[in-house]
Amino acid sequence: MSEQHEHIVSYKLFAIVWSALLLLTGITIWVAQYNLGALNIWVALAIASLKSGLVVSFFMHMKYEQPLFKIALISTLVILAIFIGFTFFDVLYR
Amino acid sequence: MSEHVHKDYTGAKFGMWLFLFTEVLLFGGLFVLYAVYLQRYPQEFISAGSELDVRFGGGNTLVLLTSSLFVAMSITALRRGQKTLCQGLLAGTIVSAAIFMVNKFFEWSAKIHHGIYPGSPHMSEIAPGESVFFSIYYITTGLHGIHVVVGALIIAWTMFKIKAGSVNAGDWVVLENAGLYWHLVDLIWIFIFPLYYLILH
Repeated sequence: MSEQHEHIVSYKLFAIVWSALLLLTGITIWVAQYNLGALNIWVALAIASLKSGLVVSFFMHMKYEQPLFKIALISTLVILAIFIGFTFFDVLYR
Repeated sequence: MSEHVHKDYTGAKFGMWLFLFTEVLLFGGLFVLYAVYLQRYPQEFISAGSELDVRFGGGNTLVLLTSSLFVAMSITALRRGQKTLCQGLLAGTIVSAAIFMVNKFFEWSAKIHHGIYPGSPHMSEIAPGESVFFSIYYITTGLHGIHVVVGALIIAWTMFKIKAGSVNAGDWVVLENAGLYWHLVDLIWIFIFPLYYLILH
């Protein structure tokens, strides 16, 4: 099986992704100056997750990988969620 | 040596990804620690967090995002046969890593100058929640800083392989994997920055 013809991502697309990442960084700094109570941390995490999604999909080529890679990534994120979630079952209801 | 050497690109890349998943869980543990103590000491985390300088954190965010762009573009450059451009982009990444570490040096120096470092007399006087914040801050950004240095060394090594020609337009998986490692360093910082530097309310 030849894998020499994998997708080559264009400079232009990388530049667009980078611009989006800078914009999202600006938004997260801007939002942080407002007091939204507990919502602040969730907004920060949502923006960070969005930025991560862009980095993983384009810079790390996950968008162009075989399903095996995507399944492995999702499995890891589920394990991480269980790790965090189960810790908080204890922490929150102690 | 003209004999055919078997190359398993999918296997090589998947192996790298599996390693990165263990890194995610390693840093995940530190983020769990952060989350648990944030829940226990919300006010102390805010007052301690406001002592971190957003300009250092924001500047380093800019540096890492841009270095990630360089690495991503270097793969495109190599595969299109633009070897000089590829090397230039990778050199730019190493320069970015150096700028990041110099920033970190000044940032940590200022903190240490103010008596904020693990085990300092000042740390035992401030509120327990604040000293916990700074302890987790040092271990998380310290471990991340080690990753920045290791990432820069891996990229330097890859540059030598490109120069020697063993990594080239038809055989680039070493650069791909070095890039994946570098992007992980960027990913971790994407979470460190808002959680430590932007926790103002």
